[in-house]
Amino acid sequence: MSDEVTIFTQDLVKQFKTRRGAVTAVDGVTLQVRRGETYGLIGPDGAGKTTTTRVILGLLKRTAGESRILGYDSMRDTYDIRERVGYIAQQFALPGDLTVMENMRFFANVQGVSREEQQKRIPELLEFAGLSEFTNRLGDQLSGGMKKKLALACSLVHEPQVVMLDEPTLGVDPVSRREFWNMLGDLRTEKGTTIFVCTPYMDEAERCNWIGLMYQGQLVAHDSPETIKRMAAPGRLLEFTPSNFVPAWRTVEEMDGVLEVQTYGAMLHVFVDNVERRQREIETALSAQGITCTRMREIEPRMEEAFISLIRRQREQNHGSPEKKVILEL
Amino acid sequence: MNEYTITVDNLTKRFGDFTAVDRISFRVKQGEVYGWLGPNGAGKTTTIRLLLGLLKITSGSARVLGYDPSTETKTMQAHVGYMSQLFTLYNDLTARENIRFYGQAYGLSREALKQRQAEIIEMAGLVGRENTLTSNLSGGWKQRLALGCAIVHKPKVVFLDEPTAGVDPISRRDFWGLIYAMAKKGVTVLVTTHYMDEAELCQRVGFLSQGRLVALDTPGQLKETQMRGQVLEINTLDPERAMRMLKSAQASGRLPFDEVAFYGAQIHAVVPDAEAFKQPIRALLESEGVQVHSIEWIAPTLEDVFISAVK
Repeated sequence: MSDEVTIFTQDLVKQFKTRRGAVTAVDGVTLQVRRGETYGLIGPDGAGKTTTTRVILGLLKRTAGESRILGYDSMRDTYDIRERVGYIAQQFALPGDLTVMENMRFFANVQGVSREEQQKRIPELLEFAGLSEFTNRLGDQLSGGMKKKLALACSLVHEPQVVMLDEPTLGVDPVSRREFWNMLGDLRTEKGTTIFVCTPYMDEAERCNWIGLMYQGQLVAHDSPETIKRMAAPGRLLEFTPSNFVPAWRTVEEMDGVLEVQTYGAMLHVFVDNVERRQREIETALSAQGITCTRMREIEPRMEEAFISLIRRQREQNHGSPEKKVILEL
Repeated sequence: MNEYTITVDNLTKRFGDFTAVDRISFRVKQGEVYGWLGPNGAGKTTTIRLLLGLLKITSGSARVLGYDPSTETKTMQAHVGYMSQLFTLYNDLTARENIRFYGQAYGLSREALKQRQAEIIEMAGLVGRENTLTSNLSGGWKQRLALGCAIVHKPKVVFLDEPTAGVDPISRRDFWGLIYAMAKKGVTVLVTTHYMDEAELCQRVGFLSQGRLVALDTPGQLKETQMRGQVLEINTLDPERAMRMLKSAQASGRLPFDEVAFYGAQIHAVVPDAEAFKQPIRALLESEGVQVHSIEWIAPTLEDVFISAVK
């Protein structure tokens, strides 16, 4: 990884015109991705991740601001970008009536890769994707995980310096997902490829060395996963299972020193200013109501806790009041 | 609450030569949130279809709420809810119309339906969006609406087949809040998922692989009993170079890692013995001038455990 910037945007804006007026999907995004970095653009559905990616690639016209890849302008230099960048769209589907080998050749031809180069690169890429034994299998007959790996191999056939992947593991099972990320790791080690991934999955975000967190078209955080976790966590984190969930939640939320409460299945995640002191106080307050707490312990906040906390604060800022809690009774 | 609502013994389903479900046995208690984790094709959906009485059992037995799914299908289905991975909603109906449609299909009376409709709208956080076309709802809302439709008849057992694919973390947490609210009221929930963070939320988790139930326990116990090997987290100044060295040590057999992979700026290595591997790893990296900040033995994630168990 070097300090050289490969993807760059400055105050990037994208508006869509609709019948009800203009909708701002990307609202002043400034980001930088360094060469060789694995960059994760994360955020909830509809945050603007896909639109940002497509504008940077020059597939959508930007409304304002700047965007470049490898120094090439997204709107002006689309041909140079296409030559040097690989892309897997979110709903990308390989031609199912072509075999694995035919798919590879098809993409190589589209990218103008010479025959000799193809003969060298395609076997390497198939090996890399673990598909060497399946060259004659039709696209339609591949498992979900194999399809994603083939898509990645196809996107690499012109040896791009940058790959942009939009939710590449959507619906893929855990084993294939692990293999896919290991492929990205190899790409990072062997070729120094810059990898830009959009994902809603927080465990995938932990695999990136830099993260942009998008919310409602804006980049609300931009840093390493470690720093984001540190910054976003409002305090230290206690985890426990209360015997009576909703009353426990309501009680704890009102207590001094409690900074934020998140639900985690049957457990509560409580951010506090001081673990030793608040743990005792919480146990006492709950036991006064006949509620017992099992397995109370301090845990390290993960990206998911940090993300939820950040988005909540963002919502409160935008709407001026704490979001309405859904307390769920069926 | 110790009554079992689902009892399965040696359940098997074959399609021709292919065994999709292979002698699976398990029991689920009333009010339990029971999760199934497994790759595509492991038999998760087939098992649910068997339990719903949609497929014929090849051998073994299954009881849901005491009913035999193959012979008492109709009676059983009146007490069972099902939400498929595709959120089977009608996109050209409004949220309210979808609930009404499912309510009528389950034979709810006019008044019962009216009351239930209001409850579900409230529960799914759809107040103010009752008349929005379903196609215009975002993922999280659609998901909660689909759940609402699956439980419109107040079932005692609910099957959720990959209910949160493609839904963001915040909506997912809300959804799990709903699941536990149901469980609290005594509803038994069987949920399948691809996502480890979601499996962590279940009271008990079964690992499915190639039609077989390979492990079944609480997430905490699974981490203690099912992980072959231990995880080291390696922090260096030059992770890319460190990775190249570790990979080649793995290939040559000098350091026999089960796995070595990037986690952001860190490297995770799965090794047979964490303490014994720390020193050789450090020595290898430092021998070529890669500065090592730390090598720490860390707890495995449920994903690490799963991969290890099904490999």
